[in-house]
Amino acid sequence: MERDDLIVNDSYALNAHHSEEEGVAIRKKIYMVTAILSVITAIEVGMGVMFKRSETFTWTAIKWTFIVLTLFKAGYIVMSFMHLGDERKNLRNAVILPYFVFILYLIFIAITEGLAHYGMDLKFH
Amino acid sequence: MSGEAKAAISKEVLWGGGRSPFSVSYGKMMMWYFLVSDALTFGGLLIAYAFWRASSVDPWPIGEQVFRSMPGLEGEFPLAYVALMTFILIVSSVTMVLAVEAGHRNDRSGVLKWMGLTVVGGLIFLGSQAWEWSHFIHGSGGCFNLAKEVSITNPDGESMTLLAGQRVYMDHHFGHLMEMHLNDPVSVPMTQDGGHVVLTELGEHPHEAHLHALRVNKYIENETIVEGDEMMKLWNARSENFAFGAPIPGLGADWGGINHSEYATQQGFSNFFFFITGFHGFHVFSGVVINLVVFLMVLNRVMERRKHYEMVEKVGLYWHFVDLVWVFVFTFFYLI
Repeated sequence: MERDDLIVNDSYALNAHHSEEEGVAIRKKIYMVTAILSVITAIEVGMGVMFKRSETFTWTAIKWTFIVLTLFKAGYIVMSFMHLGDERKNLRNAVILPYFVFILYLIFIAITEGLAHYGMDLKFH
Repeated sequence: MSGEAKAAISKEVLWGGGRSPFSVSYGKMMMWYFLVSDALTFGGLLIAYAFWRASSVDPWPIGEQVFRSMPGLEGEFPLAYVALMTFILIVSSVTMVLAVEAGHRNDRSGVLKWMGLTVVGGLIFLGSQAWEWSHFIHGSGGCFNLAKEVSITNPDGESMTLLAGQRVYMDHHFGHLMEMHLNDPVSVPMTQDGGHVVLTELGEHPHEAHLHALRVNKYIENETIVEGDEMMKLWNARSENFAFGAPIPGLGADWGGINHSEYATQQGFSNFFFFITGFHGFHVFSGVVINLVVFLMVLNRVMERRKHYEMVEKVGLYWHFVDLVWVFVFTFFYLI
């Protein structure tokens, strides 16, 4: 079957070319992000081995540190590796805004209701 | 690597029809929309995990205590293997983005090299996950429940009271022979020798397993190793309820005790572990397959005829997404 979407497609894809010199700069950025991701992972693993779970404030702080570091990693992967940061702003918003609308509320309600259902595991294990 | 997206376009032209308002091709936009919906699926699963964990009375096992083995090595390496897996997946994401970059320069051999390495990284990750699942299912020694309340003195000299039903963990060698002993009590006699217990597997090449130490609170807070006479108190108070690893219902061992999993009383921990890492592993598997398909397309010079390598970019988006999900799974299953 003749594909009628390819003509327009190709015009966008054909513009996605860069020269050897631009390639050098892009690769440098890729290696930078690689280093950042590796260092964050190393810090997470180090903290994971060093600190044990407990009922203390330290552990709560560490838990939040893990979450913030994870969001940093996710940001670098999405913005740099998936180069969403280079796309038009309206595509970026179409992809990211649904999470701010749904996921934050879902996390809040799941943990609130989960604590309200404390003990459910003993009824249904 | 923006391509068309950085081109300056007036609002009237952009939204005037006849072109993509996102300045991306149909295929790339639909890949993004698919990833948005897939991310919501994973988000839903992780939130269900949070709900279950928050509602659980039974202490939730600590990831780094559960996953502390390395293939082929004795001893304990908390988090080490899963950290290695995470690193492998990040590196395979890097090789993927390098393949996309090579595609933008129409560098066919570069695309082949980096995509090939990405596939290798994906396969290593899948193999590691298979090993980890297998280790998780078989467990590391298993446990029994105490039949009655026992008071012991821990290695720090403090007295501890363990309630009936509490789990006490055996070591790896002894536990595995014990597992067979439960199947076959005749050919594996048990003797007690002072402060330790000996199981002997008879047969052509008899071999023994010695129990020198038992652990309490193994996968939760305050893990304690108990030895000598204190250990014998625990051993003599054991009930008939044993649990080894996380047997999958209908497959392998089922000891008929109240607890089927050595990790926790509630099944939630194993269930969510299997479902979420399994669903992620399925994504890795399909990512490897799609990567291979595109690799073969590049090999057959399909992209040269099209004069662009956008297909590599689209499969790249999927592959980075797989890495992205793992970043969250790693945090919520293993670190927190």
